[in-house]
Amino acid sequence: MYRVLFSRASRLIALIPLLLVSTLPYFAHAQDKPYFVTYSQDMEEPGNLEIETKTALAQPNGGNRYGALATELEYGVKAWWTTELYLDGQTTANESTIPTGFRWENRFRILMQEHLINPVLYVEFENISGADKTMLEVVGHDGESDLATTNAEGREEHEHEGELKLILSSNVHDWNISENFIAEKNLGHDPWEFGYAVAASRPLATIYRDCTFCVQKLTAGVEAYGGLGDVWALTMRDTSHYIAPVIGWDLPGRSRLTFSPGFGLTDTSLDRVYRVGFAVEIPGFGRQLQEGIR
Amino acid sequence: MKRRISIALGCLSLVFALAAGGARASHWQDVPEKDHTRGNPMAKNCKAAVGGAAIYKDHCAHCHGADAKGDGKRAPSLKTESIRSATDGDLEWFLRQGDLRRGMPSWSSLPQAQRWQLVAYLRTLQQ
Repeated sequence: MYRVLFSRASRLIALIPLLLVSTLPYFAHAQDKPYFVTYSQDMEEPGNLEIETKTALAQPNGGNRYGALATELEYGVKAWWTTELYLDGQTTANESTIPTGFRWENRFRILMQEHLINPVLYVEFENISGADKTMLEVVGHDGESDLATTNAEGREEHEHEGELKLILSSNVHDWNISENFIAEKNLGHDPWEFGYAVAASRPLATIYRDCTFCVQKLTAGVEAYGGLGDVWALTMRDTSHYIAPVIGWDLPGRSRLTFSPGFGLTDTSLDRVYRVGFAVEIPGFGRQLQEGIR
Repeated sequence: MKRRISIALGCLSLVFALAAGGARASHWQDVPEKDHTRGNPMAKNCKAAVGGAAIYKDHCAHCHGADAKGDGKRAPSLKTESIRSATDGDLEWFLRQGDLRRGMPSWSSLPQAQRWQLVAYLRTLQQ
C-alpha cells in the first residue's frame, strides 16, 4: 500500500516541473541571480510581484533531517525600492511541521545611476522562533548545534531581530559580482552579530534565443557565506562558513528554478545543505490590483 | 476673455512640451562620448531584432505596451523623434542606466548582447 502511494507521489513530484513549464507560458522571463543567501543590486521591477520559495534540506550531526521553507513575496514599490515579506516554516523528521515566523525586509538603491559598484541598503525586521532553519543568512556564531535543537525547544525561543546589510554589487562583462556585509541585532539583550555573503554568476550564453531546454536559459555561479562573530567575540573562532555552487534555469514565463548544494567549511558548519528555489514573477501586479479595487 | 485663456493655455502647453523635449534630450546629453559613438555589433545580424522583440515582450511591453506607444502617463512612447535621433550607443547606455527616479529600471542585469538585441528591435519600431 505504502509502496503504491509512494510511487504515485513520486510520479506526481516528477510531473510538477513539467506542469510548471507547460502552464506558465503567459508569464514573461525572469533575469534574477540564482543566489540563495547573497543579494545583488537587482531590484524588483516597479509594480511587479515575485513569489518565490526557498527550501533548505539538511541533517545536522546529532539531529534529525529537516526541510525548511521560506516563501517570499517580493514587490517593486519603485525602481529603487523593493519590499519583501517572508513566511518561514519547517518540517523535521520524527518531530513536527511548524511555522517559524516572518521577516519583512526593504532594499533601497542608494545611487540612482549605474556605477562600477552599486550600493544597496537592506533593512529587515524578523519575528522568528529558535526553530527557524531556513538559513537565509549566517551570522555571529550560528552553527550546526542551533539546527539540531528539537522543534519543541526551538519554538519556545522567540527572536525579534533587526538586520542591516550593505549590498555591493557589480555587473561587469556579463558577470555579476556581489558582496553583502551583514549586521544583525536581537532586539532583546543579545549583542550585534556580523556575517558576510559573496557571490559571482554569469549566464552560460548571452544571446537571447526563444527556447526552454538550452544553455541560454542557464545561469551558473558560486556563493560563499558565513558568520564573523559578534561584538562580544569578534573572531572567526566557532563560526560557520559555506561554499555553494548555484545554478538557475529560466523557465518559460517569468519563472525560475534554482538549485544549490552547499558545503560546510568548518567544524561548526553543517556538512551539506541542499537548496531548491522556485520563483514566479507577475508583471503589472500593482496596476492590476489598483484596477481591481476601482 | 475666452481667447486670452486659450492663448495662455496654449503658451503653457508649449512651455511644458519644450520642457519635456528638453528633459528627453538631456538623456542623451548625459551619455559619455565613448558610449555615444559605440555602434551596435548586432546591427547586421538579421536575427537580432527577432530576439530583441522577445526580450521587449518579456521586460518592456507591460509598461510601454505591446505597440510601444506607452501608457500616456508614466511609461512614454518609444516611437518618438528623441529615440529616432539617438545613436545605438545612446540607447544601450540608457538601457544599462535606467531612470530609477522616473520608474525605469536599470537593465544592467541583462547580458550586453541582449541589450544590443533590444536596441536592434527598437530601431525596427521607428520604421
